[in-house]
Amino acid sequence: MEDEKIHIIPYRTFLSILALLITLTLTSVAVTQIYLGTLTVAIALIIAVIKSSFVLRIFMHLKFENKIFSIAVIAVVVILSLVIIITLLDYIYR
Amino acid sequence: MTTETHRDDLASKTGMWLFLFTEMLLFGGLFVVYSVYRYRNSVAFHLAAHELSVFIGTVNTIILLISSSTIAMSVTAIQKKNKKLALLLLGITVILGLAFLVNKYFEWGEHIKNHIYPGSSVLALRGHGDVLFYGLYFFMTGLHALHIIIGLIFIGFVTVKIYRDKINYDNYVLLENSGLYWHLVDLIWIFLFPLFYLIT
Repeated sequence: MEDEKIHIIPYRTFLSILALLITLTLTSVAVTQIYLGTLTVAIALIIAVIKSSFVLRIFMHLKFENKIFSIAVIAVVVILSLVIIITLLDYIYR
Repeated sequence: MTTETHRDDLASKTGMWLFLFTEMLLFGGLFVVYSVYRYRNSVAFHLAAHELSVFIGTVNTIILLISSSTIAMSVTAIQKKNKKLALLLLGITVILGLAFLVNKYFEWGEHIKNHIYPGSSVLALRGHGDVLFYGLYFFMTGLHALHIIIGLIFIGFVTVKIYRDKINYDNYVLLENSGLYWHLVDLIWIFLFPLFYLIT
């Protein structure tokens, strides 16, 4: 019947990930209140990327799913980043 | 006795993920527009972003994160055959989603009271950069809020199905898919929040 074994994630995993995500949110708020110039943008975005990787891997179960899902998500992220980078390069060096 | 109906949970989840990719690209396109506008109007964006309330933004971020964890835990609850807890957790998710919308209502209400909305003549006087910033702000947070509303309807539908035992410990892929949708909405907010409220 069951061709795949069910992976039950314990409640406390979600709670600890939640605590981590809230801590990261407050960190990014605190860091961006200090003026660091362009570094602020980088820090805020890096924290956002870390947060989303936790949401994708744990909340969205990617860590426990078939690898093909993770590969597809990475592909979408790569395409999007390339589009943003190439567009910006065009505007900066025009 | 029992009639086995064919069911393919993996295919169902794959379909949901494919749909989520189109959503990511939809918002991705808007993020491209944001990057270019910000690059070309950095001073105006810098000043306009200062007017948004970091406090409300932070509260809303935390609300969405908690609601994401409650819907994720409801999947665990249904797997452990704990229907009551699953329903309770989904109820909390819906209440948190509504709280997010109420905050958004007050936030937008404040802007509109100050004559800041797309097409406003007061906003037009402040210059091109401000018009672009608030145009993107209203469009992107508005589109996100629309996704919250759709997600809430989806979760409400799933909650009724759990209540009627149509979704149970043996068949819960629809609950998982509604969770995936809700997490995606959370994911988009994780990027909207720093881009509009924090990076000033």
